[in-house]
Amino acid sequence: MNNVINPNLPTGEVEGAWQKTVKNLSNLTTEKKNKFEIIIVGCGLSGSSAAATLAEEGFKIKLLTYHDSPRRAHSVSAQGGINAARSLSDEENKVVIDQLFKDTVLGGDFRAREASCQRLSELSSSIIDQCVSQGVPFAREYDGTLATRRFGGAVVSRTFYARGQTGQQLLYGAYQSLSRQVNLGNIELITKRDVLDLVIVNDIARGVIARNLINGNLETYKGHCVVLATGGYSNVYYLSTNSLKSNATAIWRAHKRGANFANPSFTQIHPTCIPPGDIYQSKLTLMSESLRNDGRIWLPKKIDSKDDPENIPEHERDYFLERQYPKYGNLVPRDVASRRAREICEKGFGIGFGGKGVYLDLQDSIKKDGLKVIKAKYGNLLEMYERIVGEDPTKVPMKIYPAPHYTMGGLWVDYNLMSNIDGLFVLGEANYSVHGANRLGANALLQCLCDGYFISPKTITSWLANNKGIDNRRIDEACKEALNYVDKKIKALLKIKGEKPVDYFHRALGEIMISKCGISRNRNDLKSALEEVEILSNNFYSNLKIPETNSGLNVELEKALRLEDFIELSILMIKDAIEREESCGAHFREEYQTKEGEAKRNDDLFSHIAVWKFNSDNNSHMRFSEDLNFKKINLNTRNYK
Amino acid sequence: MKDFISVKFKVWRQVSNESNGSYEEFSLEKVSVKISLLEALDQLNEELTTKNIRPVTFDHDCREGICGSCGFLVNGQPHGPKKGTTTCQLYMRNFKDNALIILEPWRAKSFPIIQDLSVDRNALDKLIISGGYFSTETGNVPDANLIPISPKKAFSSFETATCIGCGACVAGCKNASSSLFVAAKLAHLGQLPQGINGKKERSIKMRKQMTIEGFGQCSNNLECEAVCPKEISADWISWMNKS
Repeated sequence: MNNVINPNLPTGEVEGAWQKTVKNLSNLTTEKKNKFEIIIVGCGLSGSSAAATLAEEGFKIKLLTYHDSPRRAHSVSAQGGINAARSLSDEENKVVIDQLFKDTVLGGDFRAREASCQRLSELSSSIIDQCVSQGVPFAREYDGTLATRRFGGAVVSRTFYARGQTGQQLLYGAYQSLSRQVNLGNIELITKRDVLDLVIVNDIARGVIARNLINGNLETYKGHCVVLATGGYSNVYYLSTNSLKSNATAIWRAHKRGANFANPSFTQIHPTCIPPGDIYQSKLTLMSESLRNDGRIWLPKKIDSKDDPENIPEHERDYFLERQYPKYGNLVPRDVASRRAREICEKGFGIGFGGKGVYLDLQDSIKKDGLKVIKAKYGNLLEMYERIVGEDPTKVPMKIYPAPHYTMGGLWVDYNLMSNIDGLFVLGEANYSVHGANRLGANALLQCLCDGYFISPKTITSWLANNKGIDNRRIDEACKEALNYVDKKIKALLKIKGEKPVDYFHRALGEIMISKCGISRNRNDLKSALEEVEILSNNFYSNLKIPETNSGLNVELEKALRLEDFIELSILMIKDAIEREESCGAHFREEYQTKEGEAKRNDDLFSHIAVWKFNSDNNSHMRFSEDLNFKKINLNTRNYK
Repeated sequence: MKDFISVKFKVWRQVSNESNGSYEEFSLEKVSVKISLLEALDQLNEELTTKNIRPVTFDHDCREGICGSCGFLVNGQPHGPKKGTTTCQLYMRNFKDNALIILEPWRAKSFPIIQDLSVDRNALDKLIISGGYFSTETGNVPDANLIPISPKKAFSSFETATCIGCGACVAGCKNASSSLFVAAKLAHLGQLPQGINGKKERSIKMRKQMTIEGFGQCSNNLECEAVCPKEISADWISWMNKS
């Protein structure tokens, strides 16, 4: 394990750098590959695609997941689509690749590595070929070619999609490829396991400790290297668009074992979600952003209005985005739309449960294009909304509110997707790589599949080729130590015997984090959030109640183990947000804004990735930084006014 | 309509597949009609936890109807009374004040009980593992636009590919048959030009696996189509049998 932050970036021009890198990576014969065992944790798009590809090449894979089937991973929920730079000619290819590269870097507000963004863009077209060959039924044009649409403020149409279920179809593609490898005996599918610790031997990641969710037993899994593909941590906020069991435990435990965490405070808020209706609401469902193409966002001009929206006359409505951004109107970027909605609701103009909601009104579009056209465009979305809210959005304006959606932050990885712990690779949303301070719409699926199908199989092979065998004498010792550690942690939680269930604390954590380390942040709020989370943490450890179940299956214990890690991660997120004294992408510090209320970056001081190292000796964190250099693209500021 | 209602749950309780099960009744008050049935169960479980009673075990995750984790019988119907809806998308406004809501797990030989309302649906994965895929490998694939696919064909394939693997079709069938699940996968793959090679082989493998896993024969009752939250047509079963 080294303390020097070396991203192992390619030298020379970023264009074509990945192809050159691949040529210099080591390879292994299939026969040799058969002798290596790789542990992959997580079966979403990146984990499944990596498992399938590595198994096809000859490695033996152990795939662990807390789900009962890989098809259930949260990637399945992605609605919109997947970006790819595709064209018909070589000259045009360069243009479209440059465009996607540029949009990715600009979207991330210059807080990601240029070379990684270039690679993402260059590999994107092959991803579509790969998925089609698996049978992913993408939408088609009338001539039978692949259809695309514009997405998330992009000026070009390059998003490939399968109705509003692109993530589902891509995941099933990867799931099918991995099922084939299960059949061939190359992948062992180990379901219903929560990975609770990382096993490190001689500074190399060699295994994991998992809890069997059915019988409660702790188990050890050993391998030549470990891949974490466990997704993001938006559930820190309790209410988010994530699946309920999405968690940070595997990456957080790896962090506590020495893996550095990059930019933990970079979290993305999605502007168009269905707001909560009651305290027992468990998640916020995302409504595709495309609705902003035809929906006008407004609030009553009167504070605390209780009138039915249909009865509020035009002159008593404030179309606040159109008013503040005459050029872009309702189509301003996600973070701007979210911030403006929050601000105006905090002033008391918000509608619905807790005053946390704004109207998204389709009436004008229905009048202009007709109900039929609007229904054809958004049919399934409108049905989903009606099912959840119980109101017909073609008659009553929809209620929407921003919700935590995606975390750009994650475990630090180098250009090869390896963390600072040798042999620990991190893929997909779990790592910090291409998205910078804000992810471009339709780039999440793309990153997962690039990581899983094309990048990690090459870099993992190369690492294994140069890796000396496992130290068999010390691995058992290390496994035993980690197992004891997890066992103690579980027993400590069960011993508390307080009065409040896990969700009571999780809701409280979510409230602190969303109001003080969410859409908009400032030093004072962050400082007080830090104190509040510390108090919450003390309450959790003195007043938590986990019921006795008399069997190994204990859902409340599962939740408590996850929440423990969310609480610790929250503290690091707040610290990171305090230290980054600038506004960039989705990280908006109120102290650093232009007169127009736009984010004000500070490239002199913060053109870097914040890299947090955990020191187990004194249980503290140290902040390092990895400087970002831009050769292909000039640092500039966006302007949506 | 009231904003809050009271309900009575009659829930199947069973610690494991090896133990015996029985119904247990719980009353729950002040249930907002704006929350889902699963959220009402969360509310119940919080109450049970504080009373040190083992909470009700049920499967769930995305809570937006796409991951396929959730599912049990609600008043005898897989995923409850609303058409084209998963259990997680069933809202309490669909129940009357003081309603009795009976919750039972999927009942099928191929789905052993894990606990209470949670069952083991690994048999569905085994059907896919037996042959529900193309034998394509990463890299070395043709350009995606080389073989044109009409929008109609792509959409028809997509419609069958939307199966979320929840198992409601099996639970709804009196023979506990997985015909609709298998037909949907065969139709997803078999309608695409990439899938013409190996079409027959896939069908033989998956249908053989159905028997191995202990799923029954198609009962021709079309109950599978009626309970499918993604409304996949049972016509695909005839398509499967013909081709």
